[in-house]
Amino acid sequence: MTRITRRALMAGGTSLAAAAALGGSSLVEWAKAWAQSAPWQPEKGAELSMLRWKYFVQSEDDAFVALIDAFTKATGVKVTISRESYEDVQPKASVAANTGAGQDIFWGLYSLPHLFPQKCLDVSDVAEYLGKKYGGWVPSAEKYGKSGDKWICVPICYSGNMINYRLEASAKAGFPKIPDTTDGFLEYAKAMKKNNTPGGFALGHASGDGNGWVHWCLWSHGGNAVDESDKVILNSPETAKALEYAKALYENMVPGVASWNDASNNKAFLAGEINWTDNGISIYVAANKDPTKADLAKDMDHSVWPVGPVGKPTELHLLYPVLGMGYTKYPQAVKALMAYMVEADQFNKWLEAAQGYLAHCLNAYDANPVWTADPKRTIFGQAGKRTLTAGGRGSVGEKAAAAIADFVILDMFAAFCTGREDVKGAIRIAERQLTRIYR
Amino acid sequence: MADIALGQVAAKPAMREATAWERLRANRNWLGFWFMMPAAAFLILFLAYPLGLGVWLSFTDAKIGRTGEFIGVENYTWLWDDSVFWLSIFNTVLYTTVASIVKFAIGLYLALLLNERLPFKAILRAVVLIPFIVPTVLSAIAFWWIYDAQFSIISWSLRHLGLISGNIDFLGDTWNARWSVIFANIWRGIPFIAITLLAGLQTVSPSLYEAATLDGATRWQIFRYVTYPLLTPIIAVVMTFSVLFTFTDFQLIWVLTRGGPVNATQLMATLSYQRAILSGQLGEGAAISTAMIPFLLGAILISWFGLQRRKWQQGEGND
Repeated sequence: MTRITRRALMAGGTSLAAAAALGGSSLVEWAKAWAQSAPWQPEKGAELSMLRWKYFVQSEDDAFVALIDAFTKATGVKVTISRESYEDVQPKASVAANTGAGQDIFWGLYSLPHLFPQKCLDVSDVAEYLGKKYGGWVPSAEKYGKSGDKWICVPICYSGNMINYRLEASAKAGFPKIPDTTDGFLEYAKAMKKNNTPGGFALGHASGDGNGWVHWCLWSHGGNAVDESDKVILNSPETAKALEYAKALYENMVPGVASWNDASNNKAFLAGEINWTDNGISIYVAANKDPTKADLAKDMDHSVWPVGPVGKPTELHLLYPVLGMGYTKYPQAVKALMAYMVEADQFNKWLEAAQGYLAHCLNAYDANPVWTADPKRTIFGQAGKRTLTAGGRGSVGEKAAAAIADFVILDMFAAFCTGREDVKGAIRIAERQLTRIYR
Repeated sequence: MADIALGQVAAKPAMREATAWERLRANRNWLGFWFMMPAAAFLILFLAYPLGLGVWLSFTDAKIGRTGEFIGVENYTWLWDDSVFWLSIFNTVLYTTVASIVKFAIGLYLALLLNERLPFKAILRAVVLIPFIVPTVLSAIAFWWIYDAQFSIISWSLRHLGLISGNIDFLGDTWNARWSVIFANIWRGIPFIAITLLAGLQTVSPSLYEAATLDGATRWQIFRYVTYPLLTPIIAVVMTFSVLFTFTDFQLIWVLTRGGPVNATQLMATLSYQRAILSGQLGEGAAISTAMIPFLLGAILISWFGLQRRKWQQGEGND
């Protein structure tokens, strides 16, 4: 078993930086060497097509394209990449799975492969190979990756969903950093609103940001949609407390959050309209890229989520798993590409290019310099270790995926916060939906 | 002579009986059947089969990637007790009714206006078509900005005019969101009705108007007793299409609200998509789609039997 030490990985990262300076040819040379000794030899004449989520950080996509080009040059396998908005990958993958025709590889989010586990290529050998080589998978990635004992996808990376906040406005409100507890965070929201520098979390049908914060809120108060045996246990005093807390928070948010989708808070934060929200690192990356937003980039930071009455982190970060379809004519080529994507020599480079937007699922990559080069990025590297999985205490299978996609928890919070339902009504409706999904 | 003549006739070979194949070939019904086949095959393959499959799926527990088993009316039983489903029906009926009525009223008004002698008539007609030409997704994105909670041009203008102090929560408030999406649909749908009705208006013979004018009819009487009756068949067609398009609208809602806030703008089409494709519950999504059929049939029947039952259209006297 090859163990990669922190030192070795750092050395790898350094050599990669040098390789980058030399241009793409060294990457190709490495890819060729890798292809010759790889456990998976692509079928003769293999060609692959891949649908991935549309990038949020341009440099991440550039590095990805370079990586795929090197793979093609080394193996002769042509890879056609298509991109869709990350919410549209799921329906397209679903249709492909259903009809047995479409791209060979889908790179989507959350528990996408669990919507059709029996249609996914068994990639246990790839996942085990990578796990052994790179210090093991973080537990949440293993839970997402497996259906029973079988790996049905390779968890490529997380996208951390953290609290983004403005430093000066927060300090002015008496909070130089985001409080550690949920109670403290409510006080923070109140103080920020009082100073006319409010923020907000999305309560519209926002797959990433909306689902992220409501699940944190529910779990941090001890509420859960289902238990370990997938029995619906939403109707509990803890859920009611979570709703009450969310409403108190909502009353101190900027007006209009009930209409927000995933893009709304980004543009509001970048325009200086809001002072705190939950998001990936894309706001910070966009601010750094735009010279007119340099002050904003300087005046913002990120925080992990406050811990609630349960006393431990209860965060939900986006996982981006890559899956191969069982109908592919070139399973060996698919596996080779999946393994290749997460091999240190280019994955390190790719992580750096993503500037913190991608966070690893394999422990060895904790050592990547991207997490230390800029302290404002550091916490994003912990996303994989801090996150719970989409089903909470329950399984991460198709039912959990369906509940998230159907916005059951998000709508429960929105219904109560906006005054459409009382606590009991909001829980009853969501419980009914969950019972339907988990039947 | 007669014998000779008869003999000649008798000498002619006996008339051969036409074979079944020859009779079939000459049969106009049989030929008609074959001419109809391409159209029938097209309809069966692309309309009847998907519809039948959808209805069948609604009786199964099919999930994406899995065929599913027959479960009877279980999906419908769950939907019957599902408040989100009933809310989506309410939203769809409200959306369709309000938008269709307003689109018809404004569309008819515009058609009548554009049928008059106006300066720059051709340009005006082209301008009216613009909302219809712009792809729905693009106009929906424009409306998304117009209705944005923070950046709405309407809120901005009203605030600068001193008429409001805070931004209008167009898509975050339940009823605001409903009216906002209805408005966007109306804006987009008017040109279709206006231009089609205008085409209908131009088929009305000017001599009828002249006769009515000579008889001393007022403008209202001319509209009520000449224009409207002659326009009824085209109104029936236009409104049928308009109701169907509005009832099954998807793009506009999906871009603007994705059915939110709290399902306040969730239509049956969007809920069906959300459950079937995003959540993977194909059977349940199909049940929601199938539940749309009675409403659509009802709308079609009202249009056709309500607006098209005039006897003169079948060549009989007017009623």
